[in-house]
Amino acid sequence: MNTKQTTSNANEWLVHRGRFVNVTFLLKKGEAEYLVTIREGSVVQIKPGPHVMPRWTFALVADDDTWQRFWAPEPQPRFHDLMAMVKFKTLKVEGDQAVFMSNLLYFKELIQQLGSQIHAS
Amino acid sequence: MRAKKEAVVGGYVHIEIAGQMHRVYYETAGAGQPLLCLHTAGSDSRQYRELLNSEALTANHQVICFDMPYHGKSSPPAGWEKHEYRLTSDLYVQTILSFMDAMEIHNPIALGCSIGGRVVLHLALKHPERFKALIGLQSGAHVNPYYELDWLHRPDVNGGEVCAGIVSGLIGPNADSQDRWETLWHYMQGGPGIFKGDLHFYKSEGDLRGMVQKIDTGKCPLHLLTGEYDYSCTPEDSQDLARLIPGSHFEIMPGIGHFPMSEAPHAFMNHLLPVLQRIQSGQHK
Repeated sequence: MNTKQTTSNANEWLVHRGRFVNVTFLLKKGEAEYLVTIREGSVVQIKPGPHVMPRWTFALVADDDTWQRFWAPEPQPRFHDLMAMVKFKTLKVEGDQAVFMSNLLYFKELIQQLGSQIHAS
Repeated sequence: MRAKKEAVVGGYVHIEIAGQMHRVYYETAGAGQPLLCLHTAGSDSRQYRELLNSEALTANHQVICFDMPYHGKSSPPAGWEKHEYRLTSDLYVQTILSFMDAMEIHNPIALGCSIGGRVVLHLALKHPERFKALIGLQSGAHVNPYYELDWLHRPDVNGGEVCAGIVSGLIGPNADSQDRWETLWHYMQGGPGIFKGDLHFYKSEGDLRGMVQKIDTGKCPLHLLTGEYDYSCTPEDSQDLARLIPGSHFEIMPGIGHFPMSEAPHAFMNHLLPVLQRIQSGQHK
């Protein structure tokens, strides 16, 4: 199997699913902050902080350890899903949640994929 | 090549529940000890597709599932359009007993998951004499809401998408992809407000804290099986329940989430069959 091709197709499908999503949200990982901008389902910018007067619609706030556990290759129970982390209060969803909730399956998959990019940044 | 045909038979039965007539869809397969299976909130009896097709089960059990009113192929009652759907303990228990009466199901083992896992506790309290045994999957006395339930039913958010999004993480991470997405598909097909209405029972009205201690497993054996990855009803929640009910039997199912029979049916059978053997041999714990 051509893994790169498969990943690319999977991304195309994710972008299609998020084709009505246009938003900037904040991902807070401990003290680190990333402003993630999405246009028509594609991530067009991941801007690391510190930010002066950042503008965002919703924020996903968790400590460094929580995100590391979430992005682990085999996450343990309670760290394997955004809503699981919400339930156990290790993740807070702040701000206007409408776009997040309306596209919940899309965002769950997108945030999963963002792990490698945020680790690399 | 001959097409594969399942030995599952479906039908409709007209039953009176809480003074109203309902058209209820059911499926059944096998013969022997009746095993009545109750689906989760916002889903339907398709969750039990593999149990209905399991020869290990149907060889000596009559597996019976029904779609609750408003779910799957069961119709909502007349006048549904004039009020908000809300499941209550009494309505749920009446639905199960009315279905059993109409279908002449005697002394079944009732197996329920999630809201079904909760209602078997209500059955254990109120009608233990009518069941040979009760099996609660993902069974707890209470679950606190951990998100704003209004998201599940509002005209500006697609109900199917958001309901599937809410429950997707409740499936164990290693579930087979086809079984995972079939499980989510059932949620995507739920009627508007139905998942939310079921959760009224699960997260509010059907609270059994302070009551479960009164369950007498001498009258009806109670078995509890809970998936490791469930964060709605956690293994700890079921463990607490087991501690409060003397004589109950509890096991954690490693790697599995909130929908064992639908997300990981083959792994689930390895937990269910020994429980059924215990019940058959009269071994309570």
